[in-house]
Amino acid sequence: MLKQIEGSRAVAEAVAMCRPQVICAYPITPQTHIVEALSAMVKRDELKAEFLNVESEFAAMSVAIGASAAGVRAYTATASQGLLYMSEAVWNAAGLGLPIVMTVANRAIGAPINIWNDHSDAMSQRDAGWLQLYAETSQEALDLHIQAFRIAEELSVPVMVCMDGFLLTHASERADIPEQAQVDAFLPRYEPRQVLDPGEPVSIGAMVGPEAFTEVRYLAYERMRQALELIPAVRAGFAAGFGRDSGGLVRPYLTEDAETVVVALGSVLGTIKDTVDELRASGRKVGVLGITSFRPFPAAAVRDALGGARRVVVVERALAPGSGGIVTADIRAAVDLEICTVIAGLGGRAVTRKSLLSLLQTSELPSLTFLDLNTTLVEAEVARMSAARRSGPSAENLLRDLGITASRIG
Amino acid sequence: MNDQGSRRTMFQVRFHGRGGQGVVTAAELLASAAFREDRHAQAFPSFGSERMGAPVMSFCRIDDKPIRTHEPVTEPDALIIQDPTLLHQADIFGGFRGVAPPGQQSAGLGVDGYMLVNSARDFGELGLDEFVQGFYRDRLLVVPASSLAMTHLGRPLPGAALLGGFAALTWAVSLDSVLAAINERFTGKVAEGNGAAARAAFDFVRDEREALNRKAEADA
Repeated sequence: MLKQIEGSRAVAEAVAMCRPQVICAYPITPQTHIVEALSAMVKRDELKAEFLNVESEFAAMSVAIGASAAGVRAYTATASQGLLYMSEAVWNAAGLGLPIVMTVANRAIGAPINIWNDHSDAMSQRDAGWLQLYAETSQEALDLHIQAFRIAEELSVPVMVCMDGFLLTHASERADIPEQAQVDAFLPRYEPRQVLDPGEPVSIGAMVGPEAFTEVRYLAYERMRQALELIPAVRAGFAAGFGRDSGGLVRPYLTEDAETVVVALGSVLGTIKDTVDELRASGRKVGVLGITSFRPFPAAAVRDALGGARRVVVVERALAPGSGGIVTADIRAAVDLEICTVIAGLGGRAVTRKSLLSLLQTSELPSLTFLDLNTTLVEAEVARMSAARRSGPSAENLLRDLGITASRIG
Repeated sequence: MNDQGSRRTMFQVRFHGRGGQGVVTAAELLASAAFREDRHAQAFPSFGSERMGAPVMSFCRIDDKPIRTHEPVTEPDALIIQDPTLLHQADIFGGFRGVAPPGQQSAGLGVDGYMLVNSARDFGELGLDEFVQGFYRDRLLVVPASSLAMTHLGRPLPGAALLGGFAALTWAVSLDSVLAAINERFTGKVAEGNGAAARAAFDFVRDEREALNRKAEADA
């Protein structure tokens, strides 16, 4: 049924229809609306699940691990510092091969404290062994959660569904909410590969030495390879069951004859597509490649989509200091083309069509650009740092230069 | 391939108010009203920590095609000002110009935007007499939304009344759709009160516009 609905609420409805038996959460902006909605459904008895308010994100993931290992479908959600705080358990969930589904409402990581959107949180867990699927719209976020349970349980790996904090979680958009029967037909009953049973006690995740640790990791690598085949199959199955094309590995837009292809993840893709339409209208051959599955990284699909391009512009909402673009590194390994990295939208800075337009009209881009960087602001601080040893905290200095004593709130 | 046509049909609204006044809810209600008319809509807050009394913004886009962009509204076709004390404090008018439908561009005036301000005072008293001269005069109006809300709802929450007034000002959505959106969001006395405030504001703005148009005809 079509609804005008907040992104978080749409995701909560999708998760509820996946019939999770255990939901555990610790509130953190901008994820909170999702679990709030789920807890209300549990309280109203619309959703038969055990809802656990835990004392921290570390506990949230640990509860999800326990529940999943005991053989039930488990879900949680987090963001930013919350994801970092649960990081050890995040790696454990993957190492144990437990098919937990977690929403990450993408948000920057401090210091300085910043509650706004970028992809630093999920990117920090890039190699944790979880699948990472990135949603472009509320609709896709909703759909990806249904697909995520299916993929996770078939392979016995955990899946992170990444949706841009605020931009998607707090936006009211049109979404097609499926029927329970459609979800039931698409998502079979969870059949765990391993079960902790008090009646027949075993231990899992105990010590494995050099004799088999590499093999354990090889199997994790192999499951990711299998995921590269399963994700497109699930996309096709989903389209058949729901009549909607969602998910998959990559999503090309006007790439066939494109000389420049812009690569990105998440909600910025919509703004990029609007920009590309405008560039196309003035005769520029530009296309877009959305990466839905960042882990596993679909190198072959990326190669196919970028094949004819002369230049690739990777728009990244995170930064690897000392290296540059995180997504860029994977693109570079997949294709031998001119690649320009654009760091954009950090800590909630709006990525605008105006800035993208001017960027993409530039014929010679440097290998790394910070979109809309306030160079005056940066240069003032650099000057301050060279003038005096004790120049003080940079973040606060920058705010003072901007005439703000505290970050603009609201 | 060419999206230029759809951009012209997009109508972008920016709401200015203070935390606690229902600025975000108002944008969501407008989106919901547009959705009821089979249009595509997107509503979102100026992302931040909610804090009572702090200046806040929210946005709503309405279009006949799916809305793909996720950037903030920087060039609004319409402004809804929930709190007139913001008029001279925050950058309310940034990017405000408005776009008239093709063939209806104002000759020489330059700007065609809509603005509705929650106030019992007129633009002269609000210090905006000069500002409003550049616009189609019947597109910029004040409506005492907080007093209407006090009368009908018993609380100074102007959002629903402003949307009722906005329907009469712009016809971007109908009053019926606004009322339906209110009834979907609220129940009981809150729905009734908000609905009554929206109707009253609709009538107020409709009458104001008619009076302004009669005056314009008489002047001509």
